[in-house]
Amino acid sequence: MFRLQAVPIDCAALNRELAAPGAGALVSFEGRVRNSNEGRSVDRLEYEAYPGLAEREMKRILAEAGERFPLLGLACVHRTGALEIGDVAVWVGALSGHRGEAFEACQFVIDELKHRVPIWKKEHYTDGDAEWVNCARCAEHAGHRHPSTK
Amino acid sequence: MKIQVDYFARLRELRGLSSETCITEAPTVGDLYEELNRAHGFGMDREHLRAAVNDDFSSWNRSLCEGDRVVFIPPVAGG
Repeated sequence: MFRLQAVPIDCAALNRELAAPGAGALVSFEGRVRNSNEGRSVDRLEYEAYPGLAEREMKRILAEAGERFPLLGLACVHRTGALEIGDVAVWVGALSGHRGEAFEACQFVIDELKHRVPIWKKEHYTDGDAEWVNCARCAEHAGHRHPSTK
Repeated sequence: MKIQVDYFARLRELRGLSSETCITEAPTVGDLYEELNRAHGFGMDREHLRAAVNDDFSSWNRSLCEGDRVVFIPPVAGG
């Protein structure tokens, strides 16, 4: 299961729903909004997704995890919209008979998500500046520094 | 030929639009990006982007067809 949602993620409810009689382990991961990144003080974040392709690519990642690890359940929810410090941006839950594969599957899903899924994060800094994460550098390489978003 | 181009994140802000219909003779997805980059000065080289056609990843040399929906994907940062 994967979904994008614009409302807060209820991790406790998601953890409860991920259940099976043969499951001895649930490993869940919460990615939360941190107040700093690469030395800059972060005030809040904005997430934007390309829904059609984000859902398609996440389904592939979950299917790949299901092939690699013997799981009894696997799910992921990602936020969109405006988030404050401490808010949950992403939740991943992996359910299995034993803990080893649940830990590995959970890590696999969040790592692949970060590299492959078309979701973007705009950081708003406490100094009033704002930047799309991972995008500023490629524009600098192209030799066209974009106008400040101040 | 008419192609729908949807923009997200940094490219949406640079273009000032979420979506537009382009009338183009660009034969491939990569040619369309170059055409739009020349027109609007996105300042992002193709090597930093990925392309999607009709909601799936695409190579840059895919031929465009009437009615295709194209998205240029800036570096992702989910999680």
